[in-house]
Amino acid sequence: MTPSVNAPMRHVLIATVWLYFGVLLLGPIGYLGWEAMREGLGAFWTEITRPEALHGFLLTVEITAIVLVMNLIFGTITALVLVRQRFIGRAMLSGMIDLPFAVSPVIAGFMLILLFGPATLLGSFFGSLGVKVLFAVPAMVLATLFVTFPFVVRELTPLLQMLGTDSEEAARTLGATEWEVFLKVTLPSIRWGLAYGATLTVARAIGEFGAVLVVSGNILSVTQTATLHIYQNYVDFNYVGAYAVAGVLLAASFLILIGLEIARTRATASLQEREKIA
Amino acid sequence: MTATSNQTKIEVHNLSKRFGSVQAVSRVTFNVRSGELLGLLGPSGSGKTTVLRMLAGLESPTEGDIVVDGRRINDLSVQERNVGFVFQHYALFKHLSVHENVAFGLRIRKWNAEDIRGRVTELLALMSLQDLGGRYPHQLSGGQRQRVAIARALASRPKMLLLDEPFGAVDAKVRQELREWLIRLHHDLNVTSLFVTHDQEEAMEVSDRIIVFSKGRLEQVGTPAEIYEEPATEFVARFIGAMNILEAEVRAGVARIGPFEFPSPASRDGQKVRVGFRPYSVKVSEEPEHFRLQARLRHIYFLGVAYRLEIETADGFVLRSRMNKEEFSRRRFEIGSPVSFAITEFRMLPDAAERGSPPPVPLPPGSPLTP
Amino acid sequence: MTLHRLTAYALRSTAVSYVGLLIILPLAAIGHHSLTGGFAGFLKDLQQPQASSAILLTIEAALATTALNAVFGVLSAVVLVRYEFPGRWFLNAMVDLPFAVPTLVAGLMIAALYGPTGLIGAWLQAGGLGVLYERPGIVFAMLFVTMPFTIRALQPVLMELEQDQEEAAFTLGAGPWITFLKVTIPSVLPGLLTGIFLTFVRALGEFGAVVVVAGNIPMKTQVASVYVYGEIESYNPQGATSVSITILLISLLALLLLERLTRPPGERLPTILRRGLMMFPLSHRFMPTK
Repeated sequence: MTPSVNAPMRHVLIATVWLYFGVLLLGPIGYLGWEAMREGLGAFWTEITRPEALHGFLLTVEITAIVLVMNLIFGTITALVLVRQRFIGRAMLSGMIDLPFAVSPVIAGFMLILLFGPATLLGSFFGSLGVKVLFAVPAMVLATLFVTFPFVVRELTPLLQMLGTDSEEAARTLGATEWEVFLKVTLPSIRWGLAYGATLTVARAIGEFGAVLVVSGNILSVTQTATLHIYQNYVDFNYVGAYAVAGVLLAASFLILIGLEIARTRATASLQEREKIA
Repeated sequence: MTATSNQTKIEVHNLSKRFGSVQAVSRVTFNVRSGELLGLLGPSGSGKTTVLRMLAGLESPTEGDIVVDGRRINDLSVQERNVGFVFQHYALFKHLSVHENVAFGLRIRKWNAEDIRGRVTELLALMSLQDLGGRYPHQLSGGQRQRVAIARALASRPKMLLLDEPFGAVDAKVRQELREWLIRLHHDLNVTSLFVTHDQEEAMEVSDRIIVFSKGRLEQVGTPAEIYEEPATEFVARFIGAMNILEAEVRAGVARIGPFEFPSPASRDGQKVRVGFRPYSVKVSEEPEHFRLQARLRHIYFLGVAYRLEIETADGFVLRSRMNKEEFSRRRFEIGSPVSFAITEFRMLPDAAERGSPPPVPLPPGSPLTP
Repeated sequence: MTLHRLTAYALRSTAVSYVGLLIILPLAAIGHHSLTGGFAGFLKDLQQPQASSAILLTIEAALATTALNAVFGVLSAVVLVRYEFPGRWFLNAMVDLPFAVPTLVAGLMIAALYGPTGLIGAWLQAGGLGVLYERPGIVFAMLFVTMPFTIRALQPVLMELEQDQEEAAFTLGAGPWITFLKVTIPSVLPGLLTGIFLTFVRALGEFGAVVVVAGNIPMKTQVASVYVYGEIESYNPQGATSVSITILLISLLALLLLERLTRPPGERLPTILRRGLMMFPLSHRFMPTK
């Protein structure tokens, strides 16, 4: 339409992008899928149904479920507070939410070790209660919560801001209580944004490795998540086992990707509808 | 800034543009006189903006020629044409200050720093923007942005100034100021200018001449008065100002419909014709016997400078009449009450295929329609 | 106090204490720990040749990653937004994949294909170009996990950038290349900077993908996060803390610089919420996709 770039140049640019995606993304992904199935479906099945592997999957699912629920609740509350309330320290709160993003996962895990180590105040407190935090599931949940916290909040804040308070105020004038306003007005309009943040949380929680590795102690069949199981197999030169479980996680990634696309399309569509009405 | 250097004649021959299966512009031919301010008028999708963009070189024509000062410029790139283009939403560079926006084209054309500073200062003064050189677009009002866009377009002394809906994005009050301001600016600079608008009132007020477009076709070229008084097509008649239109059948040299009879000596018997008359040609009185035709008053609209009356005959024909304030205040109209009316002037509207418009027919004394 | 205000206050307290406990407390722990050895101790830890070379390698690799990501990210974003071509939808959906794939799995994939026994790796090895266990491998792994940042930060701003700004430049005599440099790039600069800085920060901290792909040989191919992991495993929290704090500070400085750079021209004070938005690229993603 515009006389910007001539056709041959355009073809070169498109080919370059295909090559970039091919070398960086598509090649490695396809090859891993092939490697996972290389020894045949039987070997693949044996590897992913080994008790340690199954335990890893189960632990990953458990941690992901806890983290998802926590993030949905506290992420929504934090986003609402951040957008709808004016108070001293709001700017600081907003800045803090982005902090996990600046922290390497290994460092995040390390911070928890420093916080809950046996010699620390918190560590000895929980120790006296007989609760094992470090090198156990609680620390793994905390580590995952730390790295995933921004997702839900940062999806919801711009959305809430764009939605404004008009509909909420209208509901209040019609006699709705605060809880009804949230359930019947706010929540329905942010649900796809929430879904998007939730999907990102799930993706990151399933895939988290560095932070969990550091705080878990990596104890076989006790604190080994799916990713830790892969790592264990990889350093033990059991490539077939590592690739098989990695293949399962890769398949999960594709489901997540589809979830992301759906949530994004829906969220965009509902925003556009709103704009049309306005 | 010498006036003559900016004078450019433009000839457009048989210009057409297709986008895929859509014929956006078909076989348009017109001339632009040097120093003229020409309005391209039409509803949205009528092809007027595409014509403007082809003149600028932002679109290439599918067919036809664009000739500027005797030279065919079809194959010149947009960069080589040296046109000033003012975009509908201004398209100011948001990352540059007002001064740098205006200087942009001059830097591209490698003017030296001294000349650039002089030229920008001169233009900002001309546009009454002298104190705003350091501001950024988002810190300006709509009207100011508009003027920056015009200053930027004029900076390198373009052969022609092209404006796409220049007043579309500002509110009504600012729009009026900008119109007057554009007329004055054009008068001072005398640069050949074309502007696109969908607002017929705006086109009438600002243009030396108007080209009316509809569905990619050129409907009529003329001065605002010609377009208003002698619409060449029914589309123009309907689009420019309000018009009452009746479809009548000719019998014995008279076009008849319902209670109306219009002398139409040139038409064959049985021919269907369309008769148009402006609201100001419809005279209305509250006295039932004052005029020959009878109707009932449906509505009175206050237009500020005048009143519009909507009347309905017993057969269900609805006509619009326009009445100035003085006359309105002398009469006592009541909505729903019977009135009498007459049509003082009408014209036979040409078919879409026909071009050229018959002059309006003054009604002979003794006609059934005269008071 | 009305019920409404009471609710608001309760919600606010919940949010603030949650963020405080989850995020601030651990950061305070590491900050506190870094001070116990004193500043001299901190410097001494960093002067350990293994520590300093790990930090330097990480910064170098992250910078290289950022440069590559910027070039290919801009190219990909422009092509994906502006051109119609077969497979455009597919590539556009694939951009998000590094967000969805566990970083460890990403490392594994790269190791499998480009490792000495891999399909392409063996061929590269024969040509004398080792990727795995070498520095290019580190950059490759970092590039994989950061790939979406620039593309996703740029796409919405490229769409938002009305084509008429570029057309305006054309009518003012600017060719396509000058228009790209002087109009397109500056207009999308906040998005581009966001993508670039997030890439840098993410690359600095990357562990999962790198630990598989890099050889992790001290002084040669060991990055900071792997070094920190090693120090934790060998019960040297002091050494781990110093390197962690250094990397943390660089990351924070980068994010602060990003905030400063993306402030709109002519505006003095940052709007807090905008800063929040700029820091996290995902929030841009609700822009309508054409």
